[in-house]
Formats: sequence, structure tokens, C-alpha cells
Amino acid sequence: MTIVSDKTDVSEEAPTGDTARPKASAAAKPRPGALAESGSPLVRPDAAAHLSDEQVAELGRELDAIKDEVLAKRGASDAAYIRRVIRVQRGLEITGRATLLVSKHKAAWVAGTAMLSFAKILENMELGHNILHGQWDWMRDPDIHSTTWDWDFVTPTRSWQHTHNDLHHRWTNVVGKDNDIGYNLLRMDPQQEWKPFNLGNPLYNALLAPVFEWGIALYDLELPDYQEGKKSKEAMTRDLKALGLKALKQFTKDYAATPAVAMLTGSGKQALYGTLAANAIRNVWAHAIIFCGHFPDGTDTFTEEMVEGETRGDWYVRQMIGSANISGSKFMHLMSGNLSHQIEHHLFPDLPSNRYAEVAPKVREICKRYGLPYTTGPLLKQVGSTWAKVFKLALPPKKA
Amino acid sequence: MIRFRKLARAASLLTTPLAPEDILSLFNPVYSARQLRGVVTRVVPETADSATIFFRPGRGWQAHLAGQWARIGVELDGVRHWRSYSLSAPAGQDPAITVTDLGAVSAALVRNTKPGDVLFLAPPQGDFVLPEHPRPLLMLTAGSGITPVMSMIRTLVPHRADSDVVLIHTARTPADAIFREELAELADQFPHFRVIHWFTGERGRLDFSSAAGLEQLCPDWRQRAAYACGPESFLDDAEALWEAETATAEPSSEATLTIERFSTKLAGGEGHDGGLVTFEASDREVEADGDTPLLDVGEDAGVLMPSGCRMGICHSCLIPLRAGQVRDLRTDEVHGEPGQLIQTCVSAAAGPVNLDL
Repeated sequence: MTIVSDKTDVSEEAPTGDTARPKASAAAKPRPGALAESGSPLVRPDAAAHLSDEQVAELGRELDAIKDEVLAKRGASDAAYIRRVIRVQRGLEITGRATLLVSKHKAAWVAGTAMLSFAKILENMELGHNILHGQWDWMRDPDIHSTTWDWDFVTPTRSWQHTHNDLHHRWTNVVGKDNDIGYNLLRMDPQQEWKPFNLGNPLYNALLAPVFEWGIALYDLELPDYQEGKKSKEAMTRDLKALGLKALKQFTKDYAATPAVAMLTGSGKQALYGTLAANAIRNVWAHAIIFCGHFPDGTDTFTEEMVEGETRGDWYVRQMIGSANISGSKFMHLMSGNLSHQIEHHLFPDLPSNRYAEVAPKVREICKRYGLPYTTGPLLKQVGSTWAKVFKLALPPKKA
Repeated sequence: MIRFRKLARAASLLTTPLAPEDILSLFNPVYSARQLRGVVTRVVPETADSATIFFRPGRGWQAHLAGQWARIGVELDGVRHWRSYSLSAPAGQDPAITVTDLGAVSAALVRNTKPGDVLFLAPPQGDFVLPEHPRPLLMLTAGSGITPVMSMIRTLVPHRADSDVVLIHTARTPADAIFREELAELADQFPHFRVIHWFTGERGRLDFSSAAGLEQLCPDWRQRAAYACGPESFLDDAEALWEAETATAEPSSEATLTIERFSTKLAGGEGHDGGLVTFEASDREVEADGDTPLLDVGEDAGVLMPSGCRMGICHSCLIPLRAGQVRDLRTDEVHGEPGQLIQTCVSAAAGPVNLDL
């Protein structure tokens, strides 16, 4: 007696324009991280100091409207897009790996390593990062969902989702709250106190790039929080276990199982070099793209006063002036996982990545109209700019 | 089977974090590490508004008993929707569902399904099944309620000469009566099967208010095990009649009634009035208004709620919905299906809500 059959369907369409916002609980208990309903932060960042509360609120409404417009259009074509990328990525992955099995032939080594590198980049950037953001949760497909997806990257998804989706995206570029500013390793902002250790900034960054995935895995353990007693021992043990298991599987796949099978054709050593190279290429690429997100010239960082009492509009402003885009071709956008649209991604972290390109001109127009910077540039320029910062901040601040 | 599992485990060393099935699904869509799927093999129109969809399920499906149903997942504009449909194929044969166009999901199934399409599946379930020991049966069905009963009839009538089945099926017109020709053929061929079509367009509703109406169609109904499936009011009437009968039953009466309901109404669901929120695993119940995020409601009740950004961007707060519906505080959209993951920081109760936490 338990059949539930055709219920009437609830329309997925979102109304545009002014919509209800989450309100603070009736008990009006302040909750950590909840945005203010109205007003302004204690200090508005310099780049936005010319805007009134009303202007910021209006800007927020305009950006909400852009998001609603995409939500209304999101549908079968987006679902087909992500499935296509998944198919292409998996095709590249198995073809590349299979080619490495005969990589004692030089051409096979080059082709296999290239395909596997592309596959790993696509997997981390356009698939893993974006799916783990929940950009595709709306499909309700358990195979493509932020709670079930696992990626070809050492750090366990849960740990990364916490430091990235929650901490980094909520507190973007707030010194003291967003540890992505330098990943507890590099000095990436003048507000960060200089220590002699920071003299090694360029060296650490150069060493970090080819092993970026291991750096992120270590960072996601939140060791400083543990040392300060903000992270419990149980949580630490749990995270270490998860990381150990994940690292073992990742290590086995690329550095044991693949070379072992390749030994059948006498290509064991070459296959090992191939997977090492593919991981290194992916790491260097991911490191470059990710550093271009918030470190190039023109991006702002913020103080805790600037987020105290922040409204949704101010939050949007902070995302825009704290992020930088990379200009380039469609292929470039795909390979960066659309993080080349970092500004749009930070405004709408859970909109499907394939929609950022169409949102970008509208966001840029809003920035222009409200007199806010919209930082963008070609890859080489942005990479150069981040490296300049790495070098500059290695040195102590000049005495005034 | 064991060898397959060993092989899969060895292969997964090379495919991790994917499972070998995720790679195999490039070549055959029924492969999945996570969810049961089926490929549509044939679509047969039944009436203007209904069709039978045959499918080949992947590994993990279990054979259905006659009368059981399965949850079927369909994609509408990229979004997965789950509905339950009775299986109309006889037990022991490839599964098929017969769907009548009643809403957006069933419309898509009836109108747009093609061979080769992928359906998402959950294994068959339900206890609306044939009795263990042979008994004379009376089937009462209305509209698409014929579907599970058709599976029973197809399973029983051609294969059991000792069976004794009377089917009373009501439909609006002959053109609306699903399986009409096949039923007529079965009745011609097998004397132990009798079918009575009652067309409400011609004769009005079948009257269950007293035993007299039923008595005329099937004089020995009290000696039969009855099965009923159809719309709510049809079943309510049948239930009332059998209840009255058992209250005044003579000892010789063997009247039993098994019912399959096609829809259970979830109360509420409209507007901004909130409702009772039940946290199933935490065993807590809280009355919530329609504007407070479920995350806050849970935290106030002392439930260990996963949480993150509190503004609907990070998806750290997802919890599966067991029942009921929620309102998205950003868009005002009221939505929710059992099993759907809810962003509690931007969702408020729209009517009573059960959460799997």
C-alpha cells in the first residue's frame, strides 16, 4: 500500500528580480558567517569607498538578477556539456595510460604523457574543482555530485571542500581568515608580517609548483589550527587517515600499478617517467592558474574590519575586486576549468562553469558602471605579475 | 562472479578514484559504480495517453514479483526526477512499465522515450503481490490502476489452469481502457478468467456504496481474495465496502482486500507557513516557521548540522530529504523529492519536513 506515483512537478524556474534572501533566525542570535541584512561594513575597501550603501545594495540586486537569469536557462544543454567533458576526459585518461604501457617507443611516450597530462588537467580543473563546488548538484545525478565525486588529486575531497568552498570562498582575500593567501607557506600580502623565513619566498614557490597537489594536501590538514588547539585531535586523526588512504591509492596507481603493467612490454621505467611527468605538468599548470586568481596586480586584500557587518552587496564587491581573470581562447578557458573567469566564479561559485563566459561581459559592465576595477590579462602577464609579487614580498617592507 | 570482483578490484588500482565501471560506462551505459540503470529496448503505445516501456536493466536489478513497482529516474531538462511505476510485465520476464500521462514526468516517459534511452532504476519492491496459496481472486481496477494487476494476470492466467480470476476494470471509454484487447483475448482463451469492463462515460461511476452493485457483477465476491488498485476515491469506496462486510461477516466469508494506492498526499507544501521539521536520525521534532533556514532550525534544536558558508554557495550543509517539501529562500521555489539533497542554509520548511539526519 505504498505506491507514490506521479506528483505534480514543481517548476524549476526561478523568478527574476528582487527575491527573498535568507533571513537571520527569528531568535536573532548572531551566527558565525551570516551576512548582514542591510548597512555597511565597518570599513569599506578603498576601491569601493565611493559607493553608498544604497548603491552597493543595488549592485547586489543586479548581480542576483544575472544569476537568476542563468538559473532559468540552465538545463539539458548544460547536462550534456558536463557529460561530454567527462567522456572526453575518461577517453583521454585510458588512451593516455594505455599508450604509456608501450612507452619504450619514444613517440608512444610523448603521446601517452601528453594525453595523460591533458586528462589530469581536465579532471582537476573543469571536472573536479567545479563538481566539488556543487556546480552540477542541480542535476541530482549521484554520479556527478559534490557529495560523491572524487578526484585525481591527493587531497581528500572533504578536506578540500572545507578549506576551499567554505573558508576561501566565504572569506576571500581577508588576511587572517583566508589562508589561501600564501597557503601558510608564502608571504603573498604586505599585511602579512615579514619574517626572515620569507626570504625563501621565490624558492618555496618554485619548489611548490611541480608538487602542488602534495602542497595542497598538506595545507588542507590545517596544521596551524591544530597547533593552536582550534582543531581537535580526533579531527586531525580522521583527516590524516583519509589523506593516507587517498595518497596510497594515488601513489599506487601512477607509480606502481601503471609501471608494473608496462613492464610486460619492457616499458616499466618509461611509464614511470611518463606518469611522473604528467603529474608534474598538471601540478605546474594548476599552480599557475590558481595563483593567477587572487595574486596578480590589481587584486585587493581585505582586513577583518572590512567584513564586519558586510552585506550581500559588499560581499559581491569584495569577490570582484579581490579576484582576477585570465583572458584567452575557449581552449584556455576549458583547460583552466573556467577559473580564467575567476571573478565570475567567485561571485557565483556554484553556477555551472560553462556559463561563466556569458556572464562575464555583464559583470564587467557592472564594474565599469559602478567604478570598480575588473582585473584581467593574458596568462603570461598574470603569471609574471604573481611571480613579481612573490619576489617583492620576500623582502621586508621598506621603512617609511 | 567472484572472479569478476577480483578482476574489478585489480583494475581499480589503475582507475582510482574512478571505479572500472565508470570507464566501462563509456562503452555501455548500464555500467555504473553507483546507480542502477536500464536501457530502453522497446516502447509500445497502449492508448492515446499511455505506453509500455521495456528495458534491459544493468547488474544489481532483481527479478520482480507480479504486482510490484519500481522507482524510475528520468531526466527532464537535465534534472533527475524519480517516480514510482508498477511493472506490467509478467514475473520471470524482462521488466516493463506501463505509464499513463498524468504529469510532466510521465508525459516525458510516454511521449519522448526511445529505444536506447537510459532509465535510472531502483530495484522492484512492494507487497501488492499474488497470494502464496491458490485462491479465487477478484481484481478491481480503475484507469492506470490496471498496471500491477496486468502483471498478475499475465503471470497467473496462461500458466495456471487451476486459477480463477475475475477482473472488473473501470475506464472512461473503451479507447481509454489499457490492455483491453489482450484482456479480451485471454478471457476467450481461458475459461477460468473473466473480464468485465465498466465504462464510466456510458454507465457512470461503479457504485460501491452497497454490496448490491458488486453482487451483480460478481455474485461470489465474498469467497474471493480481492485486490484493488486505482485512484484514491475508488480505493476509499472499496475499503469502506470490505470493512462493512467484515464487520457483519458470516463465518463462511473469506473476503479480504489488498490495496495498492497510487498516490499518498503529503500535507502542506504551499506558501510560507512552515511546518513540523523532523530530524529522523537525531530523533528531534521542531516546529519551524516558513522563513527560517532549516540549518538554523536544526542548530537551535541541538542537532549536529553540517554547515559552511550559510549563504548557499558552498554546499557543505547538504542533507537528504526523507519527505515533505522545502522553500528555497533565495528564489521562493518550493521543491523537494524523497532522497533529494537539500541546502539547509537557504531552505525553509514548506509544510512538514523529514530530514535524514
